[in-house]
Amino acid sequence: METGTVGAFLEPGEKEGDFILNMGPQHPATHGVLRVILRTEGENVVDCDSDIGYLHRGQEKTAENLPYVEFTPYTDRLDYIAAPAMNLTWVEACERLLQLEVPERAKYIRVIIAELTRLASHLLWLGTHAMDIGALTLFLYCFREREMVLDLFEGFGGARLTTHIFRVGGLPNDLPKGWLEDLEAFLDLFPSRLSDYHKLLTKNRIWLRRTKGIGVVTADECVDWGLSGPLIRGSGIALDLRRKQPYEIYDRLDFDIPTQEEGDVYARYLVRMEEMNQSLRILRQCVDQLPSGPFIGKVPKRLKAPKGELYHATESPRGEFGFYIYSDGGTQPARVKIRAPSFINLQALPVLIRGALLADVVAVIGSIDIVLGEVDR
Amino acid sequence: MLDLLIVLGKIAILVGCLLGGAAFLTWVERKQSAAMQDRIGPNRADIFGFTLWGLFHPIADGIKMLVKEDLRPRFADPYIFPIAPLLAFFPAMVAFAVIPWGGTLKFGAEPDLLLIPLQLADLNVGILFIFAVASISVYGVILGGWSSANKWSLLGGMRGASQMLSYEVSMGLSAMGIFMIYETMSLAKIAQAQGDLFFGFIPAWGIVLQPAAFVLFMVAAIAETKRVPFDLPESESELIAGYFLEYSGMKFGLFFMGEFIEIIVAGSIITTLFLGSYQIPYLGPEGLQIPGLELWAMGPNFIAILQCMAFLVKTAAMVFLLQSIRWTLPRFRYDQLMKLGWKVLFPLAIANLLVTAILCLLLT
Repeated sequence: METGTVGAFLEPGEKEGDFILNMGPQHPATHGVLRVILRTEGENVVDCDSDIGYLHRGQEKTAENLPYVEFTPYTDRLDYIAAPAMNLTWVEACERLLQLEVPERAKYIRVIIAELTRLASHLLWLGTHAMDIGALTLFLYCFREREMVLDLFEGFGGARLTTHIFRVGGLPNDLPKGWLEDLEAFLDLFPSRLSDYHKLLTKNRIWLRRTKGIGVVTADECVDWGLSGPLIRGSGIALDLRRKQPYEIYDRLDFDIPTQEEGDVYARYLVRMEEMNQSLRILRQCVDQLPSGPFIGKVPKRLKAPKGELYHATESPRGEFGFYIYSDGGTQPARVKIRAPSFINLQALPVLIRGALLADVVAVIGSIDIVLGEVDR
Repeated sequence: MLDLLIVLGKIAILVGCLLGGAAFLTWVERKQSAAMQDRIGPNRADIFGFTLWGLFHPIADGIKMLVKEDLRPRFADPYIFPIAPLLAFFPAMVAFAVIPWGGTLKFGAEPDLLLIPLQLADLNVGILFIFAVASISVYGVILGGWSSANKWSLLGGMRGASQMLSYEVSMGLSAMGIFMIYETMSLAKIAQAQGDLFFGFIPAWGIVLQPAAFVLFMVAAIAETKRVPFDLPESESELIAGYFLEYSGMKFGLFFMGEFIEIIVAGSIITTLFLGSYQIPYLGPEGLQIPGLELWAMGPNFIAILQCMAFLVKTAAMVFLLQSIRWTLPRFRYDQLMKLGWKVLFPLAIANLLVTAILCLLLT
């Protein structure tokens, strides 16, 4: 490839008024360093191609050179919007591989943190998605509430964004004094704030016009492309790993899996909004049922995995997030593969923006809810 | 000589008010959005420790724009690129020349009676002049977008041009009802006519006579000033900044100031046409005459100053309303915007015009 054409995946077409528009990697609506190359006819988008890798750090290779426990903080940097969900998947995968027992109390607290993560992640998605479509004020409201969740993370684990909040075998510490009260205060406040968001957007006519019928993906296409998370649930498939392959204590909890049939941006919006509601239900149940006991199980000083392989996935806020670990019997994994939902969901971008206008591309990218840390790894 | 001095004085007042007002509006916008978004807003710029609720921020911004490096992209057109901001800025300023902002000041007695109407120029084409001048600012948008040699700017310029042209049509048509009713295009005469009363107690304001036109004009005015939900030419999440993407320093400052001046002008046109201009209900040339009560006599200059303040208050209220919409609504899509302009506002404006015309014919 010549220097002048690096990344120019699309050639300009024959038609007059047909041009190539380079969106990103520095663009306010690509949520990080995604580069999308669009072929447009005026405002109509004809074709698109995405260029990723601007945030590639070689996470999978890094994992091969670190002991199992020491890779946990690296997982924070995968999906940095939902770092605890990444931590959870990794520590669970390690525990299964190393056959470690996790105490009950730790499991409950893990679910509490994981659902708070879902709230924080969906809040950030809602704020940025609304901002992409032009509703600026909601962005600040969402950040106000997300701040409360981050404060809870800080209270428990000491960090706000790259949390490193779980340990292989349990938790780093028990709940600090007063943490549960703070959590309950948040749980009491949040439903009213959630209904405020609904008031601002759900029946707003401009919002409906901008999201209904945009970025449609059918259930069959979802399966073909391997999509997961709110994307597939917005197209009518009730796939949620919390229900399908329950981990931690999700099999004991009572919650619904919201789905919508339309498969458009608005359907995915409704799904995520309802997921926040369900997360609140889960959080309340966990707080009520929280048992007492130790917060970390027996973990040997030197962790040596038996020879074998394992794939473990959880339902991160963005979809099925999984680690495939191949162990050759050493203290370090021989190979780690990360199944990142953002990466797989992003592949369907050309399908989602069929017949879209330029403004719809922004709405669609927002509705996929990508995090580039996870796409590029 | 005296006439010239008076005109120069008025120009100085207007330019000062517009530039100062635009700078003030940047502060208003930031504080208003902060209040609506549960934030504090600008409060850090200080002089000797006095922050004055962040009021020094506009000054700091002005200094920043003046001293910032003025970049011109390599492929930008060397002649058109610097002209475009001027074309966007000055029409907005000039449009204010025909807007009356108060009654008449009276000094001395006959025969040296000196009358100073508080309006720069009472053109008999009045509002047409505003439309004519405002349409020049489209050139600023489209030339700025084109000469920057940036695809995003170009898209912004195209969007801006087509949007402003489409909405100017409905804007003009909705204002036409006002001319029919007051039978004049001179803004001074329209302002005077709105001092009358219907049935002895309802002020003959444009909003009373033309409520539909008021709503249409409002919507079109928001589209003209390129603000949310019609901010497509500069929508930051799609086109980054649209037509002024490549501008920096004071050139950007001119676009920026021009936009705020446009808001002031839009607010004052709405005030002039629909909200009784500078008229205060029941305040006649002799003083306050509330029906059923005795006349409260006032001097002519005192009345003129009161009227001036009334104009200021009404315009400020309109500007505040125009600004607050920005923090409330999402943005339209390009095709939806065009549909709204041509398929909704345009037919409604024509229908309003037709009804007004028939009523005018029947009543006279």
